[in-house]
Formats: sequence, C-alpha cells, structure tokens
Amino acid sequence: MAIETKAATDYTRNELMTVLAAREIRDGDVVFVGIGLPNLACNLARRTHAPNMCLIYESGAVGAAPERVPPSIGDPALVTGSLMVASMQDIFQAMLQNGKIQVGFLGGAQIDRYGNINTTVVGDYRKPKVRLPGSGGACEIAIHAQRVLLVAKLDRRAFPEQVDFITSPGARSKGKTRAQWGHPGRGPVKCITNMGILEPDDQTGELVLTAIYPGVTVEQVRANVGWALQARSPLQGVALPTAREIKLLREKLDPKRLHIK
Amino acid sequence: MKNKVVSMKEAVAGLVHDGDTVVIEGFTHLICFAAGHEIIRQGRRDLTLARLTPDLIYDQMIAAGTAKKLIFSWAGNPGVGSLHAFRRAVEAAPPKLAIEEYSHFGMVARFAAGSANLPFWVMRDYQGSDIPAANPLIRSVKCPYTGEELATVPALRPDVTIIHAQRADKSGNTQIWGLLGVQKEAAFASRKVIVAVEEIVDESVVRSDPNRTLIPGFQVDAVVREPWGAHPSFAQGYYDRDNDFYAGWDKIARDEASLKRYLDEFVYRVSGRAEYMKKQPGLAERLSAKNMVCPGVDYGY
Repeated sequence: MAIETKAATDYTRNELMTVLAAREIRDGDVVFVGIGLPNLACNLARRTHAPNMCLIYESGAVGAAPERVPPSIGDPALVTGSLMVASMQDIFQAMLQNGKIQVGFLGGAQIDRYGNINTTVVGDYRKPKVRLPGSGGACEIAIHAQRVLLVAKLDRRAFPEQVDFITSPGARSKGKTRAQWGHPGRGPVKCITNMGILEPDDQTGELVLTAIYPGVTVEQVRANVGWALQARSPLQGVALPTAREIKLLREKLDPKRLHIK
Repeated sequence: MKNKVVSMKEAVAGLVHDGDTVVIEGFTHLICFAAGHEIIRQGRRDLTLARLTPDLIYDQMIAAGTAKKLIFSWAGNPGVGSLHAFRRAVEAAPPKLAIEEYSHFGMVARFAAGSANLPFWVMRDYQGSDIPAANPLIRSVKCPYTGEELATVPALRPDVTIIHAQRADKSGNTQIWGLLGVQKEAAFASRKVIVAVEEIVDESVVRSDPNRTLIPGFQVDAVVREPWGAHPSFAQGYYDRDNDFYAGWDKIARDEASLKRYLDEFVYRVSGRAEYMKKQPGLAERLSAKNMVCPGVDYGY
C-alpha cells in the first residue's frame, strides 16, 4: 500500500490532533494561524492536500513558508521567502475585516458550552486569580474568519459551562446568536481535542460530541467537560493518520518534537 | 539636512519625561530594548506605557518601577508563557499597575486614528465580547450612511514613540524591512519620535531605495546609532531573535529577587548597549544573521 494511504502504526495524541486539524484546511484557503499545533497543522496541509493555501500571521507575514518551526508568531523565518509582508493595519483591515480569511485557528485557557473563548482572566477581571495574556488578535479573528477551528485539550477547568470572561465570541454569547450580533464569520465549526471532536449544534450553538478517538469512551469525554455534554448519535470515528503524514511531521515539520511529543 | 544624531542617553534625557505616555513599538521584530533600559537607568517614573505586546521590555520596565499604567492588547512572553512582573503587578490586591486593554486590532486602530489626526477609529469588532465591559473607552457609533452599529476606539497620541530600525540617515529618514508592525502609525501618532538604528547611512543610500522608507525624517526628532539595540528581539538581516533569552526570562522573572539581580547586572551597572554586548561574549556570533540579499528593483524611468 502506498505511504499516502497506509495507516500509521504508531502516533501520539498530539500528532492525531495535528493531522485532524490539517485535514480541515481546504486547498486555496487563506488561514490565520498561530504557533504550536495549528502552525504544524497548516504546514502539514500545505505539504499534502492544500499546496495552494496561504498562511497569514498577525505579525504581517502573508504566504509564509517557514523553514523552521517558528517559536513565536513574529519569527524572522516567517518573513524570509514569504509572498508579502503587510503592516498590521493591512492585516486586520484589508484582510481580516474585509472578509479575506477563510480559516482562523484559536485556542484558550477556557472554552465554554457555546465555544466562547477566554484568554483574558481566570476569576474576576478586577481581582484576577490568574491574569492571562489577553486577546491579541483572537477577538477579531473569532468575529471575522469564515471558519474558526478550536484546538484544545479537554479538562474540566478548561471546558467550563461558562467562561469567566468572553475574550472571543463563539456560536452564542451573552444570550445572542452570531446572526443577532451581526458577526460576519460562521464562528467555531470544530473543536479538535485530545479525546474527540466537538461541533456546535446547528440549532442551539451548543458544542456537542460528534466524533471520538479510538480507545476513548463518551464517559471519559464527559468527565472532562463542565456541562452535560450531548453526544450525537451515531458517533463518528475519525480517519486515522497515514504513515506519510506522521513521517512528514516527525522528519520535516517538527524534527525536534517541540509540539508533537 | 539637519543632523539629529544623538546618543541614547541624550535622546532619553531630552525627550522622555516623568508622567509621559511612552510607546516603544515593534511587533516581535525591532523592539528597542536599549531605549527601555536607558529609561530605567535614568529613573523615569509614572509613565503610561503603551504597546500591543508589552513583551519582556515592558515587563522589565514595570519591574523597575517606571510605569503607573499599561495600555496593551496581548501581555505574554511570546511562545513561552506569562510576563511575571506584569502578572505580579496586576494580580496584587490592590493592583500596582493600572491597565487599559484592547485587542490587537483595537490597538492598531488607536494608532491609525492618532496618525490620521482623527478623534477615534471605526471598526467591526468586540460585539459579543466582554472586552468593552472591561474597558469603557471601547464604545460604538451609528453609521450615518447605513445605520449599523460600529465599534470605536479613541485615538492614541503618545508623547514619545521609540522605533528601532535597520537604518536611517542622520536626519531620520528611516528604512525598515521585514515585519512592519504598527511602527509607521505609532510614529505618526506621536508628538516626538526617537529612531534607534543598526546603521546610520548616507542620504544617498536612502534615496537609492525610497520604497523602503517607512518614516520620513520630518517626523523624527532624534536619531541614535545603537547596534544590537533590539536584542533579545531581532533585526531582519542583522540578527536573529534570541529565543533562548525569551525562554530563560521565564525563570528570571518568576522570582522578584532574580529579576532585580538581572536588572542590576544588565541594566543599572552598564553604561549602555555597547557595554551590554561586551558583557555577553559569543552573543553576536550566535545570533548574527545569514545573508539573504534581495537583488533589488529598478527605479529607472
């Protein structure tokens, strides 16, 4: 069997998440990306099924083709060999606000029942228990990207029923739908976790379990989510990584295993 | 052509005053740590520090007691984690630092309004987010043409903006390549501008490639020759980002005493950037950029 289709015999959960995130990208998509797993996922997609995708970093690199794993979103390797370096005003106005971004990757310290994201504060804003970095570009990416992909590890504290602070609005925030707010983008379409995939319900906007990884039970997923998680019936499995995808990740994209360990 | 070249010491002494709103911009790229260190050495107090990403430089300036307020949109150590001096200050009860918080687009828009001499900027943002509840300066306006509700942020007009760049001539015509951040907007929004550069070049070098000029000399008040002035951030074509330093800062800054020892050794007890570099033999060899020269463009007609 060709390496393109042969199933990988061993892979880590991080590698599985990266591969599943990569497959969400369509050829030709313009993708707003950060560091870590989403960055690997984009570079994997670019080298496999989506050679015509365009990677955009909020730092200004457009059509980046980094030769090393960027430790930050403002790495010099994102500039070298890119298609364009834009000012941040152009990134946020001419590109993001103007509807040119198909996919935005987001994560956060807390993601709630409706896919709202908190990257600002744990506890009260004025008396924080833990002060987190804040929005960066996440709020506007959540509003404008046509599809938002969430990548996060399940944990009861990380997936509360309601986030302490809505930094970036999800499918439904403060009692209003995205349509009622007038958000141009569709919002979160998938939340790729370490145990399975959550997707917002078309009617309610609530995140529901739609697919589960081999060896994981629905009960295990529920134990790591802070609300009464609904599971779609029938639950889907996921297409597992191919040998080629794992080889690319290990040998080309993250040879030092900074993210896929 | 007016010669605006001064030392970093003179630039800070003349243009940065207690109580000022100070911007040291540069998005990951070209962050003028040398200027931040000089501000600390000269003991400035009660500054309002503004930048999209406070980065390690504002963490150091907060730790050194220069700041009363921070205006920002992402306060982390990029790719590493927290800014610990910032966190200690805002997690304290009562907080030791006032904050005014936006998203990146909000900060970009504030500089854009300032640089356009407008009172505010209009944007489609923040609906459904708690950020406006945390910051009452984020408001909205009804569009007079369509009737739709749009978010607004007020113009930011810093007293002084400090920009690091690859090169400028001695009257301040400043050329930057690589990541541009909001350097241009911040410079035009500001009442005074200091430009620190890796190299001061002849005006003919600037004139040979005018599209590379981001800030014209008439917007610049002082030019400082400060090689390696952006370390541990980077200068495309000159030196790489010192990712080891960013990772190592986490441990230094986690503990107030070790942060103080760092400031003593690398800020207070050095006279300036040249001595800072002399203290770190091997740094330049480790980080110097490999050449990747663009063949250039034809400006003929």
